[in-house]
Amino acid sequence: MRTARIAWAGAVHTAVPHADGLQLADGTVLAETEVVWLPPVVPGTVIALGLNYADHVKELSKELSSVSADEPLAFLKTASSVIGHRGRTPRPRDAAFMHYECELAVVIGRPARRVGTADALAHVAGYTVANDYAVRDYLENWYRPNLRVKNRDGGTVLGPWLVSADELPDPQALALRTRVNGQLTQQGSTANMIHSVAALIEYLSGFMTLMPGDIILTGTPDGVVNVNPGDEVVTEIDGVGSLVNTLV
Amino acid sequence: MLVNQPPVALDIAPWALSGTVLGVLMNHRPALAALGEAVHLPPYKAPPKAPVLYVKPRNTWVASGGDVPVPADAPALAFGATLAAVIGRTACGVAAADTLSHVAGWLLVGDVFVPHDVFYRPSLRWRVRDGFCPLGTAVVPLSAVADPDALTLTVEVDGQTVQQASTGERVRDMATLIADVSAFMTLNPGDVLMYGVAHGAPHVRAGQQVRVTAPGLAPLEARFVAEGQA
Repeated sequence: MRTARIAWAGAVHTAVPHADGLQLADGTVLAETEVVWLPPVVPGTVIALGLNYADHVKELSKELSSVSADEPLAFLKTASSVIGHRGRTPRPRDAAFMHYECELAVVIGRPARRVGTADALAHVAGYTVANDYAVRDYLENWYRPNLRVKNRDGGTVLGPWLVSADELPDPQALALRTRVNGQLTQQGSTANMIHSVAALIEYLSGFMTLMPGDIILTGTPDGVVNVNPGDEVVTEIDGVGSLVNTLV
Repeated sequence: MLVNQPPVALDIAPWALSGTVLGVLMNHRPALAALGEAVHLPPYKAPPKAPVLYVKPRNTWVASGGDVPVPADAPALAFGATLAAVIGRTACGVAAADTLSHVAGWLLVGDVFVPHDVFYRPSLRWRVRDGFCPLGTAVVPLSAVADPDALTLTVEVDGQTVQQASTGERVRDMATLIADVSAFMTLNPGDVLMYGVAHGAPHVRAGQQVRVTAPGLAPLEARFVAEGQA
């Protein structure tokens, strides 16, 4: 089952895919570009992972100075940064290096507290695609990654669809990629996550209750490059979706 | 969001909570001064430029009077009492001179954390465990606090005063803090922005009761209980 939240004709609707775009509950069929795409779920707590792909760790290794080897590097974002498919993300004028991050986003469906890896995926409602932008110019070494880098308005793009967990029994076997203006710039597989989706749920639920609507952004593989105003960035995960964003 | 806890009853406009509660680290000059030359050395390499922010998510919220579970692996928790602004009007790129007109009112917040002395990459385990953010249940209007930069917060543990923390000596005063945050992220009605915990937050153990008072504000109370007995 795939669902989207969209705004159209003065109301927010739930939509499902259709050969000509998408379909509302009353049967109305609309083109993808006729509607405003909202994040596919109203975000609860948004948890993001840094350095969760071995290849990306290598890419950023010059910046690492004190990282615990075994504990996931998790940080939080606020709902104010979240936008939907086909949204626009502002690029600060003074920034020299702003990059996308294609990530598998996990949406929690059932409260989870002290859940082991064996049961973890039963607490997942579904998955969507995230593009988690970072403006590296603003990186500081206090409570990294600081919110000015990772929590800017429009900096967390989610969608287009929430794909229910039953459609993706193995979240660790998905190819992901990013295209900037049609050029392939990032490629990877969720098989290369250091901490799997199930391991992340076990880790997080070990000290915090995860609630329905909470979202875990599971990190990005290597291949992040600078993007500029006007660039169209498409982050894509096989079986989950293709998320379009434009820099302004 | 804990079971068996009174709900945070701030659902009346304009201070219905939005879901965003932000903390500010190193906004108290003595806290930064206590680090001395270390601020210039790795891993920090320089004093902070932008406000150092962190998020207290919904699982951490507990209404005043509720229980804070004390994890077995962290028996002594720091209790950081702080004044917090509740945003009343959308603030995006506002100038410092205008920021207070975006504040609906004030709230006392207890920012509970596992004491730590490295501020490079914090573990979520230090700040976002269930119940680690007791919130006052009454927002007082903006006018109830004459000067948010000159307020004394009194923290009592089991009836004994353990800290009298002033909201003065800030790196950024409240107006500047709101301006500098709103420069890169929009603050929305119902967002709670802490003013920042004063240096030297007292430590609290299971079985202890904490009370925070400040002139003009509704008191904040929390009971610390061993995890599993909440």
